[in-house]
Amino acid sequence: MLSFIIRRLLIIIPMALLVVTLTWGLIRLAPGNFYSGEKKLPPAVEANIRKKYGLDLPWYQQYGMMMSNIVRGDFGDSLKYQGQSVNEIIRRHLPFSATIGILGYLLALAIGLTAGTIAALKQNSSFDYASMSLAMLGLSVPNFVLGPILVLIFGFWLYWFPPARWGGMSSLVLPVCTLAAIYAAYIARLTRAGMLEVMRSDYIRTARAKGLDEKTVLLRHAVRGGLIPVISFTGPALAALLAGTVVVEKVFAIPGLGNIFIQSVLNRDEPLTLGIVAFLSIMIMVFNLIVDISYGFLDPRIRYE
Amino acid sequence: MTENVEIIKGASLWRDAWKRLLRNKLAVFGIIVLAFMVIAVTIGPAIIAWATGYTYDLIPADRELVRSMPPSLKHLMGTDDAGRDIFARVLQGGRISLTVGIISTFVSLIVGVSYGAIAGYLGGKIDNLMMRIVDMIYAIPYILIVIVLLNAFSGKNTTTLVSWLPQIIVSLAILIVGILISVLLFRALFDKFVATNFGVFLLKTLFIVFSISVLAALVFLASSLVGNTNAGVWLAEQYSTNVDPGLSQIFLLFFALGLVSWLTMARVVRGQILSLKNQEFVMAAKATGVSTPSIIFRHLIPNALGPVIVYATLTVPSVMLTEAFLSYLGLGVQAPFASWGSLAADGVKNIAIFPWQLLFPGLTMALTLFSLNFLGDGLRDALDPQTRKF
Repeated sequence: MLSFIIRRLLIIIPMALLVVTLTWGLIRLAPGNFYSGEKKLPPAVEANIRKKYGLDLPWYQQYGMMMSNIVRGDFGDSLKYQGQSVNEIIRRHLPFSATIGILGYLLALAIGLTAGTIAALKQNSSFDYASMSLAMLGLSVPNFVLGPILVLIFGFWLYWFPPARWGGMSSLVLPVCTLAAIYAAYIARLTRAGMLEVMRSDYIRTARAKGLDEKTVLLRHAVRGGLIPVISFTGPALAALLAGTVVVEKVFAIPGLGNIFIQSVLNRDEPLTLGIVAFLSIMIMVFNLIVDISYGFLDPRIRYE
Repeated sequence: MTENVEIIKGASLWRDAWKRLLRNKLAVFGIIVLAFMVIAVTIGPAIIAWATGYTYDLIPADRELVRSMPPSLKHLMGTDDAGRDIFARVLQGGRISLTVGIISTFVSLIVGVSYGAIAGYLGGKIDNLMMRIVDMIYAIPYILIVIVLLNAFSGKNTTTLVSWLPQIIVSLAILIVGILISVLLFRALFDKFVATNFGVFLLKTLFIVFSISVLAALVFLASSLVGNTNAGVWLAEQYSTNVDPGLSQIFLLFFALGLVSWLTMARVVRGQILSLKNQEFVMAAKATGVSTPSIIFRHLIPNALGPVIVYATLTVPSVMLTEAFLSYLGLGVQAPFASWGSLAADGVKNIAIFPWQLLFPGLTMALTLFSLNFLGDGLRDALDPQTRKF
């Protein structure tokens, strides 16, 4: 188990460097540059800029310098936000994204697991049909449509929550709900399917046969097995959560990392883009590792060497 | 005596599945809606143009009309900021949205099914390697890379990408042929000489062939970055003179979405093949001397088709949602072209004043995705008796 974790942790660093290389290659292969705007710069100015940022060196030297800096954890300064280091920008904007991301996923887990379990236990009941139709609706409405609709209803008509911006708990409600909707829908469907299968399996019959009451059977035995598909979904969900937070930050004008990332790509702010890509890849890979480890706790049949 | 004999038709898997599908009301609803949508977006724009004179990009010459107008008899879904008829735009957008969904799913079908089937059938080290590659790509936040790709190569820069096409295709061909030759030779010969010196020699030779083909492909790919081939320059010229920049952005979208949507398909197919390959009919095929490629493509893939169809049906809505997301960020389809995603994104801006600009594209899109999801669920219940509802 320990060697499995160490091996996986060791892979993360080269993987992240690979992702950075890929992104760097994509940015560099495309014609144009961060300073090439509508207006053409005088050649002398352009030469000075290229010299300052080391763009006059051959590409392998630039790549080598960048990589050696990144390996030491230094992503350099942003090109757009003068005088601010990439690490500083990430540290400043991450808390916003992390808050809505984590709260959104937790809310989705709470709703999805409850609805999915009840739907599976009361299969073909009206609750089952209602919750599954609602889940299907959640999967079919893009979150950039859902968000503004929620703002319109709860922000502009009912005045329950502030329509945008960051400040206080009440401003978190709408963004978190918008983000959670699609995941709650996915998780509810996965939980229902997983629970239906588990409830028919032999070990649940055994648990009942040895006289356990229904509550223990459900909470100690069934839920653990039924959770496996949900846990498997968590990996891809995290990657998708990134896209989700980008939209939610844009809709609700939240100064999170997602928005900064999109801006950096549009501005061709290379150090900032690479820094955010590297940071998020590492986060996702670490979370995937945690997910893989948690399989072992949920299902005693799964073992790692 | 012979008159009384009736030919009893055995219920084939597909006929059985079709019956089960038709019993599922929601799936039938999905099929009807989808059929209606496809017909509407195919012939709809022409009918609108004939009936009202409006097309998706027609901005009225009369300045009075250049504003958002609520739905009326002339404009069933109202008009947008520039006075364009939203009904015509929704129909035209449907073409693009559905095409994006279908083409990306098609790419994921071809690439994912072949990849997964080869990995699953060959098994062992090759399977391990191929699946680790998929795992690696999975761990990458692909949406970030798609955003960078779309931004870097949008507009005029797409021609740069086009000029590399010959090199990319040739390198891929070298890679695939090299890998196939080494793998097939290895499979065919290694068993016979496994314990001999010749076996070791063979292994080394094949490893060298394999590495050379990978290297050759990489070198060839890299050469494209240094200088352009004549074919590439010619292609780029043809592309930039003949293709509208707006359409070009849409092609780029196909490319980017197809690039990332095959991973899950490969996993699904591999799992399916793993469970099929030890069954008797495969052994029978092997015993009668059927070759490996034809076992994979004639025997295994058709039998794994059920889950593949189900998963493909569910890929279409997820790709359409991704397209909508990218269009919302301004990286996808751009005006005057429209997709349901870009129309909804435009509508969101005016949601409080001109709600119809969001309502109609959003509803159409949600209805289509709803139907696709229901159809996918229905197909799963119909084709896969294991997970059928009880």
